[in-house]
Amino acid sequence: MNTRMVEVRARVMKQNDLLARALRERFRGEGTCVIGLVSSPGSGKTAFLEKLLSELARDSRVAALVGDLATENDAARLQRATPNVRQITTGTICHLDAQMVEKALESWRLDRIDFLFIENVGNLVCPSSYDLGEELRFVLLSATEGEDKPLKYPTIFNSSDVAIITKMDLAEAAEFDLPAARRNIESVRPGMKVFEVSAKTGLGMPAVFDFLHAQLASSRQVRVAAAQ
Amino acid sequence: MHELSIAVSMIDQILEESETRGGLDVEVVHLKLGTFSGVDKDALLFSYELACEGTRLQGSRLEIETIPLVIYCDACQKNRIPPSVYQLSCPECGTPGQTIVSGREIEVASLEVAA
Repeated sequence: MNTRMVEVRARVMKQNDLLARALRERFRGEGTCVIGLVSSPGSGKTAFLEKLLSELARDSRVAALVGDLATENDAARLQRATPNVRQITTGTICHLDAQMVEKALESWRLDRIDFLFIENVGNLVCPSSYDLGEELRFVLLSATEGEDKPLKYPTIFNSSDVAIITKMDLAEAAEFDLPAARRNIESVRPGMKVFEVSAKTGLGMPAVFDFLHAQLASSRQVRVAAAQ
Repeated sequence: MHELSIAVSMIDQILEESETRGGLDVEVVHLKLGTFSGVDKDALLFSYELACEGTRLQGSRLEIETIPLVIYCDACQKNRIPPSVYQLSCPECGTPGQTIVSGREIEVASLEVAA
């Protein structure tokens, strides 16, 4: 049978990307600094986020969306730091997408939120394909996971803006090779900013707080400049 | 595995395309898939077949063209293919490459339809 070719050239992620772009514009317009967090399961995302929320809440308005396949445990844990926490349970889906984020934001006044964190499902593969409209994406890597994670999951490391090495209080016991980890991050995402922290002891956390405050100030400056 | 979600989005898009063109009998779908897209080729092929069932695309074939990762080397001022997906540097001069030129594509390029 004869066939003919029809040119299409359609990006498969177009729908998600368009929605993510609209979200990004909305966040910018409302002056909300939105940070996405991705990592493998058990790397300490929630502990890190708990520290961020409780510290930033001292002088800023904070909120979080947390994605998990099941349970509301993380949201309950984070609500100790701020009441503005919503759980997104994805069921069997291994990642968040822009639509889930948009839906979860319903009725929240973004103009009353300075920092919004979106904690993705623990997974270093699938979330890399889905833009959520965040301003920056943090990828977490724990000292106990081993230094070669960036080489094994280059796509997610490359699609992130900042790397956070967590559980540094356990680095020695786990014989974590920090210089190698930094080399590997640099190899998959040249120029990537890296923080070494321990949410448990507080080590390295002030540098992250300073970075976030500076990020919020600079994105609001851009917004003011754009409005003029 | 998010390939099933990707396959479903892809099929929705093709069906929409078909609709706007008055209904196409699609035999082959040509997809460009970057090696840095985060999508696994075999898992996508498997998911595609599964997700096609019961739709107008049932029985169609997915053909995937792999697009290599290409970075721009600021030092050479040229596009380069890095040594591997986990070493984003220029194979000639070793300069790290911060700009990705291609390799992230998940794009339906064309459809082969019954004439």
